[in-house]
Amino acid sequence: MLKIEGLSASVEGKAVLKGIDLEVPAGEVHAIMGPNGSGKSTLGYVLAGREGYEVTGGSVTFRGEDLLAKEPEERAVAGLFLAFQYPVELPGVGNANFLRQALNSLRRARGEPEVDAMQFLKLVRAKVKALGMSDEMLKRYVNVGFSGGEKKRNEILQMAVLEPAFCILDETDSGLDIDALRIVADGVNALRSPERGMLVITHYQRLLDYIVPDRVHVLLDGRIVRSGGAELALELEEKGYGELQDAA
Amino acid sequence: MPAVAETLETVRDVTQGAYKWGFETAIEQEVIPKGLDEDVVRLISAKKGEPEWLLEWRLRAFRAWQTMAEPTWAAVKYPPIDYQDAHYYAAPKAKADGPKSLAEVDPELLRTYEKLGIPLKEQERLAGVAVDAVFDSVSVATTFKDKLAEVGVIFCSFSEAVREHPELVRRWLGTVVPYGDNFFAALNSAVFSDGSFVYIPKGVRCPMELSTYFRINARNTGQFERTLIVAEEGAYVSYLEGCTAPMRDENQLHAAVVELIALDEATIKYSTVQNWYPGDAEGRGGIYNFVTKRGACRGRNSKISWTQVETGSAITWKYPSCILQGEGAVGEFYSVAITNNFQQADTGTKMIHIGPNTRSTIVSKGISAGHGQNTYRGLVRIMPRARNARNFTQCDSLLIGNQCGAHTVPYIESRNPTAKVEHEATTSRIAEDQLFYCRSRGLTEEEAVGLIVNGFAREVLKELPMEFAVEAQKLLAISLEGSVG
Repeated sequence: MLKIEGLSASVEGKAVLKGIDLEVPAGEVHAIMGPNGSGKSTLGYVLAGREGYEVTGGSVTFRGEDLLAKEPEERAVAGLFLAFQYPVELPGVGNANFLRQALNSLRRARGEPEVDAMQFLKLVRAKVKALGMSDEMLKRYVNVGFSGGEKKRNEILQMAVLEPAFCILDETDSGLDIDALRIVADGVNALRSPERGMLVITHYQRLLDYIVPDRVHVLLDGRIVRSGGAELALELEEKGYGELQDAA
Repeated sequence: MPAVAETLETVRDVTQGAYKWGFETAIEQEVIPKGLDEDVVRLISAKKGEPEWLLEWRLRAFRAWQTMAEPTWAAVKYPPIDYQDAHYYAAPKAKADGPKSLAEVDPELLRTYEKLGIPLKEQERLAGVAVDAVFDSVSVATTFKDKLAEVGVIFCSFSEAVREHPELVRRWLGTVVPYGDNFFAALNSAVFSDGSFVYIPKGVRCPMELSTYFRINARNTGQFERTLIVAEEGAYVSYLEGCTAPMRDENQLHAAVVELIALDEATIKYSTVQNWYPGDAEGRGGIYNFVTKRGACRGRNSKISWTQVETGSAITWKYPSCILQGEGAVGEFYSVAITNNFQQADTGTKMIHIGPNTRSTIVSKGISAGHGQNTYRGLVRIMPRARNARNFTQCDSLLIGNQCGAHTVPYIESRNPTAKVEHEATTSRIAEDQLFYCRSRGLTEEEAVGLIVNGFAREVLKELPMEFAVEAQKLLAISLEGSVG
């Protein structure tokens, strides 16, 4: 579904990704682990198409198409979704309104009929309920005055409403207490399906207790230095990144 | 007003990005020769069949205007205006004394308003909104008059009010904005040709929104309309105005005067969606909008609320104000002003606190893009008798790009030690991370800007009647098309 080959990228002239090879088939959840500064978040931004993240080599094929040639919104239309590590505040923009506009933009671009306000409300309320959130969150402005946990949950809600084919979760566990972590993980797990791929970026193994990955990749200094099954995460937890760093 | 929104959307889909209301109507016009002197003033008055007192008033205004100089204190730049190089009266040719009913209105005119999304024809009337349509200098149609008359509300063109209700016009005309108030008000008083008149009798809550739609069509013609709204004791009215003009390379002058009078316990809510042609991307053409709007809260606990969404005009010079005379009177000013390309706006308000316990609120949102220059200019004056007067002012500026400007010029004068005046101001940019966040969810860059700008203007937009709020939201997004990327 997502195929990354020899991907290199730089930020402000500094090389951050130095040749990444990674393939995530539909139906699988892969985890990217690594210490701070290893390039984890950069990988997420490069895939989503953020300005200022310059691709210097390699290719990314998503559902058979050249992902890197697309604008950020075209990547969303193609089915890619990035859950932000630091979700952005949009003062004055109602959360429900934002979600409906996003959904309808996607549907328009895909040639599907738009959903009207009533249909949308029904849809979003069902999702909110399924995620154990409160309707009140829909009335607030996007991420404004949200706690860290609320922001992350809001990202999962967006994911649930937009139903992307592929989800990238960038440090979705950071800043969450154990209860919030469980709610977020339940939301993510509910979205696992044979048609959907996921890339879970995390610093800690903790999240992977709740979202059990099919594969784990270790990112160090812009390269994937090791790949393995879910048990690799436990090994890292025990030994830390130090040993790998020395080996690399 | 779903019809309006729908039309805007359709037109937007077709033309993408340019000014959507810039067409010209081919219609037979009656235009008087260019130039302005006492004879022109007499001619206008004669054309309207006005009584002697009104002609005298016009002439006094004209003489005052001749002694006055154009104001230069606003932060706007434009070449000198040659006041002799314009026509001061243009009207669609019609039967001697104007159309008696819609059936007599030139079908070409009706089509123009339909194109603008303002259907005037019986079968297409919008439920709950009465419309007065002013084409160039003349009111062409007012809808729902009979229904309003049942409750005693008068809503008609200014000319008709002069004919049918001369005692009301004579009593109130110029009592809030005297003919010698300022250069542009004096000019308007001398040559105004039409406008709207509203009278809400004692204790009546106007049963529907009243709306005037102004359209400039004729070339080289100034538009000078006058609006007068009187709300008697305990009355309530919500009034909306909208404006558009064809795209032309030359500049056209629009100098209107609006006077509002609210007596004891009366409320007037006045909303404007101003979308005069703003000029092209290089700054050619566009309307010069020099407007005097003022409301007098004469009565106890009276209230006047101005809401404006200013997206059009090459130059905007406009300060809708409140004179808070009655004890406990309330004045409000909510404004969103956008300047894109080479537009310049110098706009704000004056809140004059005269009576005790008077309160005022000012919320101004300025959005600058392209080479646009946006100035908020506001005066809060607390007079000696205005004990316990309160004012809260909030001025926020949003910048898009790095060649535009935002300026805030607040004047505060307090002559009563019990007064409490608060002023808050912020300036911000649309952040790159906000745009990226929206785009990563599937919105295009322009949709994202529209969404963020509408969020920024939320506090003001929520003051608009709902049908207009939808239109205004779309307008904000359209006005900023092409401002990023």
